[in-house]
Amino acid sequence: MAEIIIRNLRKEFGAFTAVQDSSFTIGDGEFFMLLGPSGCGKTTTLRMIAGLELPTAGEIFIDGEEVSQKPASQRDIAFVFQMFALYPHMNVRRNISYPLVSQGLPPAQVKTKVAEVARILGIESILDKPVGGLSGGDRQRVALGRAIVRDPKAFMMDEPLGALDAEFREHMSEELRALHDRMGATTVYVTHDQLEAMQMGDKIVVMNHGVVEQFGVPQDIYDHPATLFVADFIGSPSMNFLRYDGAVRAGDTTVSLGGVTMRTPEIQADAAPGPRVFGVRPEHVRLTDSGAYRGKIEASEYLGTTQIITLSSSCGSLKARVPSGQVAKLGEVVGLEFNPATISIFDEITGRALRSAANARVLHG
Amino acid sequence: MSAYSITEPTLRAKWVAGSIVVLYALITLLPLVWIVLTGFKTPPDSISYPPKVIFSPSMEGYVNLFTTRSRIAADDLAALPPPETWYDQIVRDRDMVIVGPSKFGERFLNSVIIGFGSTALSIILGTLAAYAFSRFRVPLKDDLLFFILSTRMMPPIAVAIPIFLMYRSLGLSDTHLGMILLYTGVNISLAVWLLKGFIDEIPREYEEAALIDGYTRFQAFRKVVLPQAATGIASTAIFCLIFAWNEYAFAVLLTSGTAQTAPPFIPTIIGVGGQDWPAVGAGVTLFLLPVMIFTILLRKHLLRGITFGAVRK
Ligand SMILES: Nc1ncnc2c1ncn2[C@@H]1O[C@H](COP(=O)(O)OP(=O)(O)OP(=O)(O)O)[C@@H](O)[C@H]1O
Ligand SMILES: [Mg+2]
Repeated sequence: MAEIIIRNLRKEFGAFTAVQDSSFTIGDGEFFMLLGPSGCGKTTTLRMIAGLELPTAGEIFIDGEEVSQKPASQRDIAFVFQMFALYPHMNVRRNISYPLVSQGLPPAQVKTKVAEVARILGIESILDKPVGGLSGGDRQRVALGRAIVRDPKAFMMDEPLGALDAEFREHMSEELRALHDRMGATTVYVTHDQLEAMQMGDKIVVMNHGVVEQFGVPQDIYDHPATLFVADFIGSPSMNFLRYDGAVRAGDTTVSLGGVTMRTPEIQADAAPGPRVFGVRPEHVRLTDSGAYRGKIEASEYLGTTQIITLSSSCGSLKARVPSGQVAKLGEVVGLEFNPATISIFDEITGRALRSAANARVLHG
Repeated sequence: MSAYSITEPTLRAKWVAGSIVVLYALITLLPLVWIVLTGFKTPPDSISYPPKVIFSPSMEGYVNLFTTRSRIAADDLAALPPPETWYDQIVRDRDMVIVGPSKFGERFLNSVIIGFGSTALSIILGTLAAYAFSRFRVPLKDDLLFFILSTRMMPPIAVAIPIFLMYRSLGLSDTHLGMILLYTGVNISLAVWLLKGFIDEIPREYEEAALIDGYTRFQAFRKVVLPQAATGIASTAIFCLIFAWNEYAFAVLLTSGTAQTAPPFIPTIIGVGGQDWPAVGAGVTLFLLPVMIFTILLRKHLLRGITFGAVRK
């Protein structure tokens, strides 16, 4: 197993830059999520780590060894493709044993290893079937079998659940996570589903337009997004953005939002007057009559134990997640309170969060 | 009256379609059937008028195809010992004796060597080139592909004279190698284009999976791409073989002896000892067999491949 360090990794396709100077570290044995919207360069990054694509610049260390210009076959990494890429002209057993055959393992040993992997994945009964007729879940298991059979240094998985239907995805994602926990193998997992990333990942890297926006544990990324993009992308419904203008000075513990003073974590940076975004997650918005900041209830959406209330206010519309027992009349104007410790203030021009006592630990660089 | 269905054609439509197919098959097969029948007629039956559809079959055409014979005087014929074999008998009945084998066997073998040799070479070169064009960043790729295709934009025979002169000075005239190279040259553009289409259809992930699994690029090509491209390779091979096998004009021009193929040889049968149509029929029948057998052997692949990769799996 191995630690993977990515340093200033860059990939250009002609004039187009798919990945820009990305740096992050994948700890030994971590389940690491590469998260971002379609086309942001996740697959490209993963393929560079695996050696299927050579980087334009930058370094990749696997287990302390710089491998960025080495061919895939010398990196000892397994890859699970989105569409599984099972060899269609071979049956399940041959598909799984194929990586071992390339290592020149004696047939008897291949047999025991394949049997062991089949037992772990529960696919003993389909070993001699052709891959053509398999269900999505079984294909997925065979693809995993082919990956784990030779104990590689790390696993790369490119949206491995993308081809499965929603119900089965959940089941497979649990199976995958359990498998990882049992084997403790470093795993890099690409997804565009933020929920999947939050549920499964030890760490997440959030990418957008080829740029690493933030990297850290799910809780930190959720609570203290480093950029407007991350704040918007992670969480459902996403973080509320209330727009205002103002200057901040280091040491401030309040901001003035539409003339109302709001408490925030202690700001640790100076910023000249300019457009700002006051970010607060829906679950940290409370509807109370005492709140000085007012909002008008526009809609409510019942979600079982909670409900999502949409309000309009002087600095923009926002959503609040409140217990479903709470009465919310459409058209009513109510006071709003925000949990001060959870507030993020962003510079709207740069899109970055201002450093504060709350997020200082999480923001780097 | 059954219910109207979008997917099932009506009975009448099936009948119409079926009749058209049968009619078309009859029209195209009739000359073929006639030639095969002619091969089993006696020379008088083959030119009788009205044409004979019912006749007593004879092997005379085949005997004539494979032998050279000479006519001898009646006295000499009577003096000969009785014929030893059935084919001696057939020849004797026409007041002739067999003096030796004809050149048909050799010519036929030439066709086999040149036809299959050039097909194999076209497929090997074509597959490698198509793979490179499909997978690698080749400089000026589009221009090169257009150039390769452009070699087929004129009829090959248009360059017959330069090739004739070139071959003469290179010593390639009337050699197996010369003909194999020539047919390969003509077929290669077809092979590259057809095979590129097929290889484009094979997802790259299969090879990438093999690369990850520790195989070299060439091993991945051999073990993963080739089996996947079998359909395309089979259908391309059939097209290449059909061209090389049937080619007449260059064969007439460039071969006359050692490397002469069957197509220029068969017409020469007509001239030997009157118009021997049964021998021609026999020659054509035998000539048709290899391509037919080859096609039947690859039929399973061909049926899938003929859609040119439009439908996979
Ligand atoms: N071989 C290539 N040549 C040119 N452009 C490419 C190539 N591969 C990827 N790109 C471009 O690079 C960008 C990033 O692609 P990538 O496949 O890494 O995105 P992704 O984050 O995996 O997206 P998705 O979620 O859709 O899979 C895309 O805009 C894509 O069009
Ligand atoms: Mg992708």
